[in-house]
Amino acid sequence: MAKDETATFRLIGTRPDRPDGLDKVTGRARYGADVQAPGMLHGAVVRSPHAHARILRIDASKALALDGVKAVVTRADLPSGLTGEDWNLQENTLAGEVALYDGHAVAAVAATSKLRAQDAARLVEVEYEILPHVTDVDEAIRPDAPAIRPGAADHSVPTGSPPNLVRQIDFGHGDLEAGFAAADLVREQTYRTEATHQGYIEPQACLGQLGADGKGEMWVCTQGQWYIRRMCAAVLGIEAAQLRVTPSEIGGGFGGKTTIFMEPLALALSRKAGGRPVKLVMSRAEVMRATGPTGSASMDVKLGMTAEGMITAAKVTFRMQGGPFVGASPVGEALSCALACYTVPAVHHLGLEVLANRPKAAAYRAPGAPMAAFAVESLLDEMCRELQLDPIEVRLKNAAHEGTKASYGPTYKRIGLVETLQATKTHPNLSLPLGPNQGRGVAAGFWFNHGGETSVSLAIGEDGTVQVSIGTPDIGGSRASLALMVAETLGIPYENVRVNVVETGALGVNEPTHGSRATFASGKAAVESARQAIAQMCRRAAAAWGIDPDAVEWRDGAAVPSGDNAGKFPPMTIAEIGAAMGSTGGPISGHHETTAGGVGASFGVHVVDVEVDPETGRTTVLRYLVVQDAGRAIHPAYVEGQYQGGAAQGIGWALNEEYVYGADGRLQNPLFLDYRMPVASDLPMIDTVIVEVPNPGHPYGVRGVGETGITPPLPALANAIAAATGLRLRSLPMSPPKVLAALRARANG
Amino acid sequence: MNYHRPTSFEQASAIAAAAAGVTRFLAGGTDVLVQLRAGTVTPDDLIDLKHIPGVKEIAPTAEGGWRIGVAVSGADLGRHAGLCADWPGVVEGMRLVGSIQVQGRATLAGNLCNGSAAADSVPGLVAAAARVSVVGPQGRRELAVEDIPAGPGRTVLAPGELIAAIILPARGARGGDAYLRFIPRTEMDIAVVGAAVNLRLDGDRVAEARVALGAVAPRILLVPEAADAILGTPLDASALSALAAAATAAARPITDRRGTAEFRREVVGVLVCRAARIAYQRAGGAAT
Ligand SMILES: Cc1cc2nc3c(=O)[nH]c(=O)nc-3n(C[C@H](O)[C@H](O)[C@H](O)COP(=O)(O)OP(=O)(O)OC[C@H]3O[C@@H](n4cnc5c(N)ncnc54)[C@H](O)[C@@H]3O)c2cc1C
Repeated sequence: MAKDETATFRLIGTRPDRPDGLDKVTGRARYGADVQAPGMLHGAVVRSPHAHARILRIDASKALALDGVKAVVTRADLPSGLTGEDWNLQENTLAGEVALYDGHAVAAVAATSKLRAQDAARLVEVEYEILPHVTDVDEAIRPDAPAIRPGAADHSVPTGSPPNLVRQIDFGHGDLEAGFAAADLVREQTYRTEATHQGYIEPQACLGQLGADGKGEMWVCTQGQWYIRRMCAAVLGIEAAQLRVTPSEIGGGFGGKTTIFMEPLALALSRKAGGRPVKLVMSRAEVMRATGPTGSASMDVKLGMTAEGMITAAKVTFRMQGGPFVGASPVGEALSCALACYTVPAVHHLGLEVLANRPKAAAYRAPGAPMAAFAVESLLDEMCRELQLDPIEVRLKNAAHEGTKASYGPTYKRIGLVETLQATKTHPNLSLPLGPNQGRGVAAGFWFNHGGETSVSLAIGEDGTVQVSIGTPDIGGSRASLALMVAETLGIPYENVRVNVVETGALGVNEPTHGSRATFASGKAAVESARQAIAQMCRRAAAAWGIDPDAVEWRDGAAVPSGDNAGKFPPMTIAEIGAAMGSTGGPISGHHETTAGGVGASFGVHVVDVEVDPETGRTTVLRYLVVQDAGRAIHPAYVEGQYQGGAAQGIGWALNEEYVYGADGRLQNPLFLDYRMPVASDLPMIDTVIVEVPNPGHPYGVRGVGETGITPPLPALANAIAAATGLRLRSLPMSPPKVLAALRARANG
Repeated sequence: MNYHRPTSFEQASAIAAAAAGVTRFLAGGTDVLVQLRAGTVTPDDLIDLKHIPGVKEIAPTAEGGWRIGVAVSGADLGRHAGLCADWPGVVEGMRLVGSIQVQGRATLAGNLCNGSAAADSVPGLVAAAARVSVVGPQGRRELAVEDIPAGPGRTVLAPGELIAAIILPARGARGGDAYLRFIPRTEMDIAVVGAAVNLRLDGDRVAEARVALGAVAPRILLVPEAADAILGTPLDASALSALAAAATAAARPITDRRGTAEFRREVVGVLVCRAARIAYQRAGGAAT
């Protein structure tokens, strides 16, 4: 096995119960919609039924006349003059002059009951002038496409470009021409991916309260309470420190809850309703129509390869839409991830961001990377087949390693792609025989991982137990992982550490749980905080013993005299130090804040076996293997959970999930009934192998594991379907109608 | 909204006949309550049928068939050994509806009267030549199941009319039925195509057959030409390809968010053959 055996730990690498487990299985955990407050009102949002329409008039008089209706807000209730992303957020919260997509919020209502608020929302009269719309990325980039936001393009776009082209990114290195000339095989293909939603089970929900004095509170389901604070403050024109934001337990986010959608409306309604708290809970249809999916993409890839399988040059051109806002699509990340797995002598990236009449895209697990991987890893597989080369060997030959200049610029420090590929090669799944209509697909994937602004506090209790205050909401078991690291550092039992996700008033600014950073960055800061507390406890012991603090060591949860003093005093335990701290100098705590550096990228390799029904085009996933470098798995069960979750979401994206728009630009499938995420019975048990190539930038070697797992599934499935059928599908989803049509097209020559 | 709880079908019918606005009968509520919550249908009068005596019973008929009450859930059907032995195709259609939670409530009559062309239990009922007992202001009448749907979301039932029971004929010897649907997932999805076959054998030959198709037309289709394609055959390859061709020819599908017309036309031929093979085996025929 590829596990790192070089270090021995007492707790790290074990699998204790998660601290939030009992609350969650008993229903006691409080999610976004579970919060109540005295005098609470309920909100409902009026949404545009049109994909693109000028708002001529909003008349709320009938709604306001309804008994129990306390407030209606429109854009006129929000401050003007915002710019950049603040304007984008405000415009997305409530449309100004033009509704930009089906489901775009136009007004909001607060009333004494949810039903009353919904009735009132239906009574708000909005007069629209319907404008031509466009939802498809390739149509949106045409010169004759309906212009969605004239003048929105940034300086990167040359004048005379198509009206919806708003951002252009261009970078690379090496001599492309020479690279392609050195190749024995050069291939170029176009790939398309459809937008998909994060599909978290808990819809957006919040309770907001804002008084005429500008002081407010919010309880909200979010991945980042400080982002909610900053964004709501900007949209509403209030001061950040006056808004206190408490995160609830969170029923999934996957990036979609790192930003705001309807949250400022709860505060705006509250302010207008005399400061009464207002609860807003989205329905699933609202989530699908109006919260961020990821973007859709159309991608050209050109690769050069020698007969032996060395990549000589690569050129990618990605067109992506992320809704009607500049900067919302993940095109930049997609480009940077496209060839990050490989050592490529010459590479060029061009990204084109296009506006479309779709919801504003939000982050979705490794934003952009799955699309890029679909394009590049599919073409790589096509070329391996053409050259009759083993796909794992070719990836090994080209794999990036320590010292490689990454395709996106920097030079890699210690990374584990080679180890991951080697662990894949020897896995038993790879030698299992396949039957008729079955095929095996391999693909690799990458995610940068992220450090980010982090602030953590830790305090020793009077009984020697330890509380840790963190600012990163726990969406994947990070409280358990942090408790393990703190307990390991302090030499105390796991159960003696309680990790709390705290509100904005309790710590300095923390970025959200995004970029696979919670266990890495909050973990690193928590370990640092624990070390500070240890130093302080050693000083207390030294003072009690009357010896130099340098002559005290911390061992197994106690201060012990060392050096010349060794054995002179009995160990002083954390419980003894805690019990006495009031009289030895006061509370003992540790605190660390940083913009965390030392991030280590994570690479993964997936292998999937499928069977394709030649009569219906239906793909069944027979078995699935995820091999990924975790750096170190603090709590292996939650690392495996992340691997499996990423694979499950990727399988859905590859096979059936898609946004289906009618000719009118309305979303046809805003419910899980027709937005076909995989259900449990669609998936085999997903096998996992944790590779551990420790990240030198983290005290315990953590890399961050949340996102890489969704990058290889799209191409892995396409490669497996190609192996099963001999057909190459270059457009997602590879749904039964598409596969069957391709089978028929081949049969008919 | 007025909620009613009648204790007889006549009373239920009278309430419905007198109601002026949007009226819904409440059986399992897995369509009615979902539509209510989604704001798509808000009934003025909601008439709960679950308190009428006998609605949760499955009883043998004098003819040797079964009479199924209108509040019998999918889970109840699945637990009924006699019904499962006689009409496995009918039961498996109903058992495909929803999840375990939905199965605890959803009914055959509700599935039929919701009027969806993709309703999973209806092709099996049609293939089985099931009938419904209808109570209305004019008294009782009996109709064939295939005559109930009028189009998407509509039935032929007049205002004040409701279904009082579903009646399955006697199974008889050497008969078998089967229902298959196509969904891209394994559950919690709506049929993109559905096909039910009910047949009786004489020796190894198909002596009687009924074929019904779902989700390939505005309403569920009974397709006599498809049945004719296998009559008198041992369900050999040529019979099956004629069956597939007849089903494909009868289909009048549309392209929508769930699948393309082209896909439905082709897959209905595939499914109908697969269902026919299962029915044939259930009737005691050798595997084909
Ligand atoms: C999560 C979920 C999954 C589902 N999956 C499927 C599926 O896979 N396949 C499928 O076909 N359906 C599915 N459905 C739809 C639904 O469950 C079925 O249509 C079910 O059979 C309806 O039965 P019910 O008893 O709940 O009907 P109700 O909701 O009580 O009633 C449905 C309609 O029938 C009418 N009605 C009910 N009883 C009578 C009567 N005796 N006489 C006259 N009219 C009557 C009502 O007025 C109403 O219009 C699903 C629903 C949900 C919520």
